[in-house]
Amino acid sequence: MEWDWNFVWEIMPTLIQGVKITILATVLGSVLAAIVGLGIALARRSENRIVARSVGWFAEFIRGTPLLVQLYFIFYVLPDIGILLPPLVAGVIGLGLHYGTYTAEVYRAGIDNVPRGQWEAAKACNLGGRHTWTHIILPQAIPPMIPALANYFIAMFKETPLLSAITVLELMNQAKSVANTYYRYIEPMTLVGAFFLVISLCSVVLLRWLEHRYGRIER
Amino acid sequence: MTQWSGYLGLILQGALVTIELTLMGSVLALIMAFLAGMGRVSRFFIIRALATTYIEFFRGTSIFVQLFWAYFVLPFAGLSLTPLQAGVLALGLNVGAYAAEVVRGAILSVGREQYEACTALNLGRWQGMRHVILPQALLVMLPTFGNNAIELLKATSVVSLISLADLTFQAQVVRSQTGSTLMPFLSVLVIYFALALIISWGIRTLERRMARGLDGVRV
Repeated sequence: MEWDWNFVWEIMPTLIQGVKITILATVLGSVLAAIVGLGIALARRSENRIVARSVGWFAEFIRGTPLLVQLYFIFYVLPDIGILLPPLVAGVIGLGLHYGTYTAEVYRAGIDNVPRGQWEAAKACNLGGRHTWTHIILPQAIPPMIPALANYFIAMFKETPLLSAITVLELMNQAKSVANTYYRYIEPMTLVGAFFLVISLCSVVLLRWLEHRYGRIER
Repeated sequence: MTQWSGYLGLILQGALVTIELTLMGSVLALIMAFLAGMGRVSRFFIIRALATTYIEFFRGTSIFVQLFWAYFVLPFAGLSLTPLQAGVLALGLNVGAYAAEVVRGAILSVGREQYEACTALNLGRWQGMRHVILPQALLVMLPTFGNNAIELLKATSVVSLISLADLTFQAQVVRSQTGSTLMPFLSVLVIYFALALIISWGIRTLERRMARGLDGVRV
């Protein structure tokens, strides 16, 4: 079978519909992962041993199991206990939770990298727990983490095709439905691959810039 | 109760397929990692360019897209693969690209003086690599290889979408036959996690054995 440019232009609008959902899922998933990761990282440093331990194990479990099965779990099991989620919301929760356990490690490393002296200085200035975090520790910890966080967000972007398995109409699902309708797989599948490849090659440049901008640790 | 044991048998069958895929994929990934990783530090521009292209291509798109491409598009180019072949190919090539960067990093992490010692002993490039550099680099690679193997294990769940009867696929079968959702998905998640724990335990044991006799030497 030959590559057909006319067919490519014909299916382009459908694929662009999918691209919009893919980007939406990535953005929402990234925001959620950033918040969940911070939550996990803070909980693991909690004074309460039981909280720290159980959150640690939970994160370990999520990281050791496939995202696809987690998506199925959210999509099929939760409705049985009365929580009905639209596919996109289920997908965003899955992405956010899964990558949240990865970003938690980034936060942990970033927080550990803040020198001890800063904690002591905060105590010396009579700052409370909350103020120490929001005014002293996090503002210093977060900028060096940005490249690593961005790396995970790009990884998440590449995983969004998995959402097609729980019927989210993102790029891969649109491509599949187009392919099944016309029984032409070459163009849609190749276009999806090319799209992800182009974006991730561009993101390499973005990452370099982020590393240059934030990656240096100023001491 | 007998019913459950029957369904559990189905899930265990799926576990065997997942293990088989993980092992075969890991072997291919290991071969590709060394080929491409050493290719990236080659003297010859062509080999470096080839290795870089391979790595960027397979890291730039997700395993899901590659799998669908291998399964649906390659037949049109006259290369029909069974789901198992397509799965092993996509998993091995994808994870191999990530592991190749690990190989490259580990080779570069071996100190300059070791390379100079090779020259001083009149070892050829290949001899030096084989007897001096790689034995030291291997120990550096091992922990990250363990992570890569776990990523590969998690990625095997995607093959269920091209109708290969692995763990995830069997969970879906049990769900559609019994209508029960919690049992199949939770047990599958636990099995994946157990397999991931086994991998990380195995790597840690291997690391300890390989580090034996290297005490006092830089690790």
